[in-house]
Amino acid sequence: MSYLELLKLAAPETIVVITALVVLVIDLTSMRGMETRVRFVIGGMIASVGCLAAIMWMLVMPAHADALAGMLVIDPLTQLVKICLLGLTIFTVLISIESHFTAHVGEYLALILLATVGMMFLISAEDILMIFVSLELTSLPLYVLTAFNKRDVKSAEAALKYFLFGGMSAAFMLFGLSLIYGLSGSTNLGQIAAALAGKGLDPLLVVAIVMTVIGFGFKVAAVPFHLWAPDAYQGAPTPSAALIASGSKVASFFIFAKVMMLGFAGAEGSGAFRAFVPGWVPVIAVVAGLSMILGNLAAIVQSNVKRLLAYSAIAHAGYMLIAVLAHDQQAVASVIYYAVTYGLTTIGAFGVVAVVEQGAGDDRLPSFAGLSRRAPVVSLCMMIFMLSLAGIPPLAGFFGKFYVFAVAIKSGAPNLGLLWLVILALAMSAVSLYYYLQVLKQIYVAEGPNGTKATKASVPAQAVLAVLALGVVLLGCFPGWLVGLIESAVKPVTH
Amino acid sequence: MLAWTIYSSFLGVLVLMLLPKGNASAARKVAMLTAVMGLLVALAGFMQFKAGEIVTVADVDWIPTLGIRYHLAADGISLTLVLLTGLAAVAGILFSWNIEHRANEFFAFYLTLIGGVYGVFLSFDVFLLFVFYELAIIPKYFLIAIWGSTRKEYGAMKLALYSFVGSAMVLIGLIAAYVKAGAHTMSIVELAKYPFPHDFQMWAFPLVFVGFAILAGLWPFHTWAPTGHVAAPTAASMLLAGVVMKLGAYGCLRVAMTLFPEGLEAWKYWIAVLAVIGIVYGAMVALVQKDFKFVIGYSSVSHMGFVLLGLVTLNTIGLSGAVLQMFSHGVIAGLLFAVVGRMVYERTHTRELSVLEGMNLAKAMPFAAVTFVIAGAASMGLPGFSGFVAELQVLIGAWKAFPTLAVITGGGIVIGVAYTLRAMQKAFFGEAERPLTPALSPSDGERENASQDGHHHAMDAISVPERIGAVMLIGVSLLIGLYPRLLLDVIVPSFNSPLFDWLRRGGAQ
Repeated sequence: MSYLELLKLAAPETIVVITALVVLVIDLTSMRGMETRVRFVIGGMIASVGCLAAIMWMLVMPAHADALAGMLVIDPLTQLVKICLLGLTIFTVLISIESHFTAHVGEYLALILLATVGMMFLISAEDILMIFVSLELTSLPLYVLTAFNKRDVKSAEAALKYFLFGGMSAAFMLFGLSLIYGLSGSTNLGQIAAALAGKGLDPLLVVAIVMTVIGFGFKVAAVPFHLWAPDAYQGAPTPSAALIASGSKVASFFIFAKVMMLGFAGAEGSGAFRAFVPGWVPVIAVVAGLSMILGNLAAIVQSNVKRLLAYSAIAHAGYMLIAVLAHDQQAVASVIYYAVTYGLTTIGAFGVVAVVEQGAGDDRLPSFAGLSRRAPVVSLCMMIFMLSLAGIPPLAGFFGKFYVFAVAIKSGAPNLGLLWLVILALAMSAVSLYYYLQVLKQIYVAEGPNGTKATKASVPAQAVLAVLALGVVLLGCFPGWLVGLIESAVKPVTH
Repeated sequence: MLAWTIYSSFLGVLVLMLLPKGNASAARKVAMLTAVMGLLVALAGFMQFKAGEIVTVADVDWIPTLGIRYHLAADGISLTLVLLTGLAAVAGILFSWNIEHRANEFFAFYLTLIGGVYGVFLSFDVFLLFVFYELAIIPKYFLIAIWGSTRKEYGAMKLALYSFVGSAMVLIGLIAAYVKAGAHTMSIVELAKYPFPHDFQMWAFPLVFVGFAILAGLWPFHTWAPTGHVAAPTAASMLLAGVVMKLGAYGCLRVAMTLFPEGLEAWKYWIAVLAVIGIVYGAMVALVQKDFKFVIGYSSVSHMGFVLLGLVTLNTIGLSGAVLQMFSHGVIAGLLFAVVGRMVYERTHTRELSVLEGMNLAKAMPFAAVTFVIAGAASMGLPGFSGFVAELQVLIGAWKAFPTLAVITGGGIVIGVAYTLRAMQKAFFGEAERPLTPALSPSDGERENASQDGHHHAMDAISVPERIGAVMLIGVSLLIGLYPRLLLDVIVPSFNSPLFDWLRRGGAQ
């Protein structure tokens, strides 16, 4: 395979990298003296155009290739996920335009784009080495993005926590992956599965599975590997937190599902109630159950909205893991649908937090009091995001949950093996309505402060939020469109 | 055409959101127009309806890969309730004509709730039904939390969480049933034909039935109802008692009972017991309440017990009685809440029966007194009103199915007479020991209310919208009471549709 061909296959990634460099250079050379806001607008525009160009490339030149034995797999499914990912990145960039926590606009935007590149490679990887490298490529910019608010000591603390936990989990994962290589003699997921097939559940394989789950569990912030998340979400600049919660989640879940379903095919075991069979499914079932319980219960007592969203993210990781457990074609489709709609919703929620932060100076719950009287459009958007996260129809979050649960129960048919997890999930989502309503209660019911310190949302910020909210409503009312796209992309890949 | 009941409600919401803030009079006109349109559409649909058929309103693919369809249809049962929703919507707006505080939002939430309710009654796809069902939860929260009184945030949250827990139970059962039946359809008609295994029905039926029945005020899951009703603003408590509780009962009938007949057969006695406990318990608790609105709140629990009892009798007379009772209670409870919440509370600013006793309200507001006497008579089940026909049918049905329980229920009716008369006596016909002044009794909602309408220092005359609303609801109750065949001719043949095959097999399979 010639380099030219390889470059063509990696063109979307290349376009994004070039965009990152362009943003950096333009900001450093020609925009030095300008106002931060103007620099953010121009930089953000360039970044968005770059992402759009990458999306266009993928739409116009649909490719199907497997370069270098799983190092770079291009098929309709990875293309679709990358398009969704780039969309999420664009929205992340757009909600950061209004922020003024940093003067290093070029670096900030470039880092967002570089993290995105890491995620794109991650999605295309079917080789454990490449997966590890891409994960690091994603994580490093995210650590820096978390620390980007240099005026706030909390931001630095959050980044340090994130980094230390991240480094540790990377070590675990590397250990797990090396065991897998030792067991199978291959780094390609398909070949690993083939080599492991029929060998039964070697104790070494069990260790490898657990280590890998720890590594990925950290990335998706599942209990008990979630400890970094609340601090990182709260301390990080809001747009950075949005990226961690959306794009990074989508990519991590996709690769998590891929490694488990492809690499450990044959070692599933069973998570059916009172019929556990050792394998990776029961391990993840426990992690999923713990995430839902702890995430939802801990969120109840939060008084900081970003922290609340962090715990809600942990809970949602639990719901998504249920889909991974189902490990069939539809499970892949449902996890993608869930992750993408969750990403959209959560970016929107962080966008609203960013608006309030600028008006009120902080992101505690009382700062939201009376928001509906001061900023009706933003409030309506927040209502849509919160209710979607709680899983109220006809919003995207509801259909995501329904899809995941239906797939999970179906995978255990006819005994409805995973029903216990679904019951747990629905019980916990009833709990979650309480804390989402707490936020909405502040916005709609509570009286705002008497002073006229009005939260002014600029028109572009409102427009971005409105587009996101509209997307959440439309994806909820007409989920058939996206589900159809995903399912038709999944089919040819997994046979 | 019936689908326009749903669409027009949501269009109304859209218009209200675009209206400039602070123009309450425009907002209520838009809301009124929307509600009247809904009622007219419902009426027209009712006129055109031929007894016994199932009219398909819309049926298109919605989520093809999962076999979920956007299927709206109506039989006699749904049409009766759609008509009730139309009536309740119009009446509710008439009785909230004085809302000035954030009027746009009030009516937007109100119409969202109405749209969701219409949707539930017209859905013939379980998924769609569930979507509308949950859509109705959230507006209730905001209506109560923002415009309510007496511990409004507590009442609102309790109501929202109870409803949501109920719907989570329903969702578990529905997904399980969907997967069991092959995961290719959510249509009620298709699922009703599928023979679910006995073991499955044994747990799925109670799960789904109770999940829905929570919203219908089934004892012991009724506690949200009194607190919610009391905290809610008048229009919301009218809707809550009038139609939202019917959503629960309708879900029990349309989904739980239709899908899982074997489970129903096994569990019906226990549900009947709970329903009768609800009837008697609700009535007894209503007898000792100090707050006027709590009396009506508990009476709703009691009356909804009749609906649930009628449903599980499984004979045509009991079932049609249950549906008629849903309609009848919707109208009468709406009227009672209107008198208590709007006519009395917003003028006297108290609902303490002991305080009201000293005001001699029969003299001060004769119209309210007359309305309450009539509504009370209807609520007691006096012949000539709709409540009588409905409860009689339920009792006859219950006598056939569970004779012992029917006798106890009779006792509940007697207590029902007692608490209604007691409330009537205390509220309107007490001795005027104290001079007629606006009470300054401590009440949580007083401050909000005082700021909402600037005229709390004089007792206003009963306004024209209130009179129209009261006359309309009384008229409907009388009409159905005197000529019940108007509805029964539509309801009864519906139980002969293929959906209720189990019924014609004597309730057993």
